[in-house]
Amino acid sequence: MLEAIQSALSFLPDGLVTLLIILLKIFALLLPLLGAVAYLTLAERKVIGYIQIRIGPNRVGPRGLLQPIADAVKLMFKETILPTNANLFLFILGPILTIGPAMAAWAVVPFDDGLVIADIDASLLYILAMTSLGVYGVIIAGWASNSKYAFLGAMRSAAQIVSYEIAMGFALVGVLLAAGSLDLGEIVNAQQGSVIQWFMWPLLPLFLIYFISGLAETNRAPFDVAEGESEIVAGFHVEYSAMTFSVFFLAEYANIILISLLTATMFLGGWLSPFEGILPESMLTGGGLGLLLGSGIHWLLLKTAFFMFLFLWIRATYPRYRYDQIMRLGWKVFIPITIVWLMVVAAMVVGNVGPWFD
Amino acid sequence: MNTISNYIKSLFLIELMKGLILTGRYFFKRKITVQYPEEKTPMSPRFRGLHAQRRYANGEERCIACKLCEAVCPALAITIELEEREDGSRRTTRYDIDLTKCIYCGFCEESCPVDAIVETRHFEYYGDVREDLYMTKEKLLAHGDKFEKQIAADRAADAKYR
Repeated sequence: MLEAIQSALSFLPDGLVTLLIILLKIFALLLPLLGAVAYLTLAERKVIGYIQIRIGPNRVGPRGLLQPIADAVKLMFKETILPTNANLFLFILGPILTIGPAMAAWAVVPFDDGLVIADIDASLLYILAMTSLGVYGVIIAGWASNSKYAFLGAMRSAAQIVSYEIAMGFALVGVLLAAGSLDLGEIVNAQQGSVIQWFMWPLLPLFLIYFISGLAETNRAPFDVAEGESEIVAGFHVEYSAMTFSVFFLAEYANIILISLLTATMFLGGWLSPFEGILPESMLTGGGLGLLLGSGIHWLLLKTAFFMFLFLWIRATYPRYRYDQIMRLGWKVFIPITIVWLMVVAAMVVGNVGPWFD
Repeated sequence: MNTISNYIKSLFLIELMKGLILTGRYFFKRKITVQYPEEKTPMSPRFRGLHAQRRYANGEERCIACKLCEAVCPALAITIELEEREDGSRRTTRYDIDLTKCIYCGFCEESCPVDAIVETRHFEYYGDVREDLYMTKEKLLAHGDKFEKQIAADRAADAKYR
């Protein structure tokens, strides 16, 4: 399809065609992503409702399916209030700095073998850099608001994200050791073979720690002290309204999807089919049923959806951690465990321990 | 020993998994939401909603202006003025209930010797302006006339417990 577009645009200069194609790819990724973000908010309200034996929103459209659209329209037409004593430049920069990296990180995510916008060698490092940049948006937003609550929220968020970044980074080092590559596509291909080959088995503690740190990184319950609506009103975004406010939430939900997708990619074999090595090769290739059972983007989306559900499930289950407990968990539990397990993984790799590293 | 087992329990997230399983089970439970305008919960005959004044079967208003309700009203929401009618009976000229003050305690109804002032099951009312929430004698009587059947049935159902 890309070639067809390329040849149809051949009357334009070469550079322009490349640019247009890149833009097209970006739109093809971002539009479904924003749609998913919108519907994740509905899913969240529905799932939490169901867990609290309620039925959740069901008034706008059939079964409440148009609720996110109604919310979006409402937020767009609300007034953006700019506090008098806020630093306007930073105040506007905050949300932009939050959503920018959240969207940019998606550039290197592989959805299928070779299906990626920017196929770079160190995509894992790029992702780590981008997800860490999000915290600047939060800190700047909290600082620029010139409000006590916002400032407290920003400080909490900064401390929390910096602490969990370390555990998260160490968990990723485990993945690097196991896969021997920084390329996300390579990491998935290293898990080929069967379900047993998926990195969640040799790296089980790192898998759990990565996911829990992901909860903390995205400021989700039970690590949502940065928001803490019952203690510091809404944390860093108290002063934000309308679109500036919703941009923070777009970024938060995009990050949730990203973390879910990365967990699925790095520990659950990404687009690989779980039937590999169980069903005969002939059933996994070819058309019809083979398309469904064989590896493909649908498996990645399914695994991602599971982790997204887990995010919501966890939010509906646990109360918020106290601030010192968060710090204790991050520094005194997660970091030691990851370091110990890194040694174990390194030993396994050097010793060619099967069935993973032989 | 206990410390160690606790340590292992927390390390393998046992308690957290238990919590997740519990909420997971609730996910599939039957939902208890009542879809309000379409569905309503059952209501007691003693329900204390909007006030009404009743009449006897012959059309004569029950209220004899004894002012017991005015006296008992803890929110001072009731105002009564009275006169002696040509036939010598004692009747109100003014019977106002300020719904913005009323706390729906039902004391007026309890105190009434002739069951004239009652609180009905009707609770879905509103006012666009404050005046809409000042119930005058006319409004109270009109409301009583409209719901007399239900009011009588509710009093009859509750009679044996009084």
